[in-house]
Parts: sequence; C-alpha cells; structure tokens
Amino acid sequence: MAGNFTLEVVTPEKVVTREEVQIVMAPGTLGEFGVLIGHTPFLTTLKLGTIRYTDSKGEEKTIFISGGFAEALPDKVTILANSAERRRDIDLERARTALERAQKRLGSESAQDIDFTRARAAMERALYRLRLAESRRKQ
Amino acid sequence: MAQLKDVQLKISAVKKTKQITKAMNMVAASKLRGAQTNMEGFRPYAAKFAEVLGSLAEKAGDEASPLLTPREEIKTVNIVLCTSDRGLCGGFNTNLINKAKNFAKEQEAKGVEITFTNFGKKGRDWARKQGYKIESEHLGIVGSRFGFNIASISGGALIEGFLNESYDEVYVIFSEFISVARQYPVLKKILPIPPIEKEETEDEKIEYVAEHISEPSPEEVLGQMLPRNIYVQLYSALLETSTSEHAARMSAMDNATKACNDMLVNLTLLYNKARQAAITADLMDIVGGAEALKG
Repeated sequence: MAGNFTLEVVTPEKVVTREEVQIVMAPGTLGEFGVLIGHTPFLTTLKLGTIRYTDSKGEEKTIFISGGFAEALPDKVTILANSAERRRDIDLERARTALERAQKRLGSESAQDIDFTRARAAMERALYRLRLAESRRKQ
Repeated sequence: MAQLKDVQLKISAVKKTKQITKAMNMVAASKLRGAQTNMEGFRPYAAKFAEVLGSLAEKAGDEASPLLTPREEIKTVNIVLCTSDRGLCGGFNTNLINKAKNFAKEQEAKGVEITFTNFGKKGRDWARKQGYKIESEHLGIVGSRFGFNIASISGGALIEGFLNESYDEVYVIFSEFISVARQYPVLKKILPIPPIEKEETEDEKIEYVAEHISEPSPEEVLGQMLPRNIYVQLYSALLETSTSEHAARMSAMDNATKACNDMLVNLTLLYNKARQAAITADLMDIVGGAEALKG
C-alpha cells in the first residue's frame, strides 16, 4: 500500500524540509535503509550521504546530509542532521576551498592525530558535495 | 550672558548624544530580530533532540558513557561564562558576572578550584582581573552571527578537558531570553550530564517509544548523542545570550534616549528663563538710562 507520511529534516540552523512523502531512503551507519508508511519505530545514526525521497506528487528529490540521527515512526520520519542542503544549494566554491584546505592539512607531516581525523572528515564532506554537485550538471 | 551660551552648548551636546543612542537603539532592534530568527530556527532541532535523547536514556543505563558519571571528589570546576563583547547594554554583563562571582565564591568556600572558559570580552576581562585561570576564550561570537560549528568545537574541548580530568564539573552561565524586557542570568550544569528527564508527552507517543528498535544498540546511539547534547546546550546558551544582549542594549538605549528627552526639556526651560532674565536686565538698563536722561 502506497501511502503518504511526513518527512522532516532539521538541522541546528533551520528546518530544511517538512513535507508529505511516499518513500525515504537514508544512509544509516549500518547500511542504507528505506522507509515506507507504517514503519516500525526505529532509531539509527546516519553517516555522510544523501537522503533520497519521493514526494506525494511522485517527484524524486535528494538532500545531502553530513551525518546525524534518524527516527522513524509509522506516520513520520524525522532526520536530525548535522548539516543538510539540497543539491541546488550546495556551495561549490566553499566545497572546493574546504577540499584544498583539508588536503593541505593532510599533506603536512606535523599533523596531530585529532587534526588528522578532523581533516579527513572535512575532506570526505567536501568531496561528497562536489561529486553530488557534478552529477547535477550532467542531468 | 555667559550662562546663556553655556546652556545652548549643553543643549546641542545632549541632542547629539540622543542621536547616537537612538541610532544604537535601532541597530540593536534590527540585530535582535536576526538573533531571534536564529533562535527560533534552532528550536525544532533542540526539541526533537531532547525528545529522542530522553526516550533513549530511559532504555540505556547510566553506565553508557563516562559523560554521565559524577566524580566522587570535585577538585576543579570549569565555568563557561557567556557575556557580550561590548558594553552599553545596561546591567546585562554585570548581572552575568555577579552570578559567576557568587557561584565561584560558593565553590571556593568548599575548596574547589575554579577555571573559566569565556565567551565574550566583558567576562574575560573580569575573570582575568580576578586572576582566575582561563582555559580558553572566544571573542567576537556573542552578538554576531555564528554557526553550530562554534558550539561543537568548543564543546569538544570541554568534553576533552572533562575526560582527561582537567576539571570534574562544567557549568554554563548564560542569559536566558524571556522577553525583550526580561533576561535572566542562568546557571546550568552540563558535565557530567545530569540525569536526563523524560518529557511528558501524550500517551500515544510513549507507546511508540517503548517499541523503538535502534541500530546500532541503544548504548552506542546514546554514546554518540551525548557529546552532541553538550554542543546543543552550548549552542542554545550562546544563541540565548546573543539575543539577550541585543534586547538589553535596545532597552538600555531606549532609556538613554528618554533620559535625553527629559534633559532637553529641563535645559530648554532653563535656557528660556536665562534669556528672559537677560532681556529683563537689558530693559531695566534702558529704562534706567532714559530716566537718568530726563533728569
């Protein structure tokens, strides 16, 4: 049975979206999962990736997130994202500078462990954003 | 005659001051709107976060994370003091600093060492003058636009300091924004994390929560959420303080403008009196002179 339920994506800055959807696919840390209406209550952590969903009109949409938490209830999915943006909102310029900065930091030998993990996470985020933005161009 | 000139100068000086206070009032008002929007944008996230955390904490035990365990002996306490960078906002900073002062005295009486983490120049200056050890200071944040990363970076440092036992407890002092006219300094313990209270929701919700499947295990999810909970609290404290600062400045400047108006009324009265007195004196001279000429 195809039915609509509510998808809510919130970040510390704002509510990114709150709309009626048919299906949601999200990147869980233990693997990607899909949610339809009437899902068992479910809570998971999310990793870097994209949330893909089909809205009530059948249109497919994507939102980039850099990790967070997701809670699925039978009639509602809430995503608490560390940061989230739609594909068209990705700031290419910023992603590129972030990538360069991260690469430079990784290249320097004096990098301490904590900086290393942070820089690597930053690089992953930047790369992912760029890749997503690239695929937007091709379409 | 000299007195007349003096009053005139004073009047123009007060007028200029009034222009400045009025402009500052308007600037603060527009910044207040921005800050309030930021604060409201954060509320849905904070509310949802607290709800999920509450339902998780019930299932996972207290031993899920070292961030939950209180230390038996408290040797050092870190106070995160949020104040503004700039003055001219009435008693705003003084209230916050007083709160910090009282709390620090209370703790010191128990033989606890106090260190500070400062947001805002006013609090930093005070802590430095008192000779407290300042763990870290962050200027140029309160009152401006800032992102969540500020909270996660400094929150990360707090957690690290707590875990490597640089301090045994962390408190935040910030200004709670109640309304444009009211802001209260608030003291809140953030580390170790006090037992998480489960919020009362409708019965229906609780039923759902009880059945939650979580992936990975509740303990692991909780372990990831708890540090983030610190960032969330810190971010909301900073947002509240920023909003309060603008509100405090707005009403302080409003009062100053009103005081200027009162002064202008009094000064104008004084000026008119002095002018009248001068005219009367002149007339007396003329009449006196004319009388003398008549012989």
